[in-house]
Amino acid sequence: MKGSLIILGFFALGIALGVSNTAPDWLVKTDYSQYALYVLMFLVGVGIGSDSNALKAIGTMNFKVLLIPITTILGTALGVALIAPLLSGISIKEAMAVGAGYGYYSLSSIIIKEMHSEWLGVVALLSNVIREVTTLLMAPLFALYFGKIAPICSGGATSMDTTLPIISQSSGKEYAIASLIHGIVLTVLVPFIVSLLLSI
Amino acid sequence: MLTVVLIMISGIIVGFLVKSKKRLVKGNDKLTTWAIYALLFLMGIGIGANKTIMGSLHTLGLKALAISLGAIAGSVLLGWVTYKLFFKRS
Repeated sequence: MKGSLIILGFFALGIALGVSNTAPDWLVKTDYSQYALYVLMFLVGVGIGSDSNALKAIGTMNFKVLLIPITTILGTALGVALIAPLLSGISIKEAMAVGAGYGYYSLSSIIIKEMHSEWLGVVALLSNVIREVTTLLMAPLFALYFGKIAPICSGGATSMDTTLPIISQSSGKEYAIASLIHGIVLTVLVPFIVSLLLSI
Repeated sequence: MLTVVLIMISGIIVGFLVKSKKRLVKGNDKLTTWAIYALLFLMGIGIGANKTIMGSLHTLGLKALAISLGAIAGSVLLGWVTYKLFFKRS
């Protein structure tokens, strides 16, 4: 919980600087978050490599790992289908296409904008950013109350990069590889599922 | 995407090689936490300075928020079921 609050603090500080235009120019002009992510992935790798339990877990995971992306796809579809009828001005199918971005906001918003409309593209952008940020903030609580797979499912496609470090800290390093595989599977599936939902 | 995976694999190899150096391993965990803070801070700047995102928050934001909450709640709850059925060691 304390960890999440500190993370939220840093995120809020960044947003405040971005909105008020007070961040130094060099910080806004180049997207350094990409490099921060690279550093982070290296450190997470070192963490996994130096943890003998994590390495052992890779051997015992086998085919069960694939149950996790299936869980995420079904859970997302169910959750969105249940909440969409309460919203006005958006069909269940449109909402499900947004949900099928699984946090991968850059790609899903572009596909949706091209295949459907500008406004739904913006909804996809916002919704999937919210999914990523919520996972970053809530992963420790999800792992505590809903089991070690919950943060991975919440992270969706981002479980392979941006949310992997916090998942690895919350669920344990033995789930880091499962998280990586889950993210890769969903990242590959995003374009297919989104365009399928928009074309039926 | 490939870059990220390759960087992580090289990290795993380095980690495996320095495994016996306890202080290094401990320092790595601390560094990871701070790298997460840095990432979120930088992401915040990117989002805050993005006019498309900030400008449409009040119109499309509520729809987006509802969809995210549905998606997260659905996958977290189903993830709980999958964990209990297939992963939890009794």
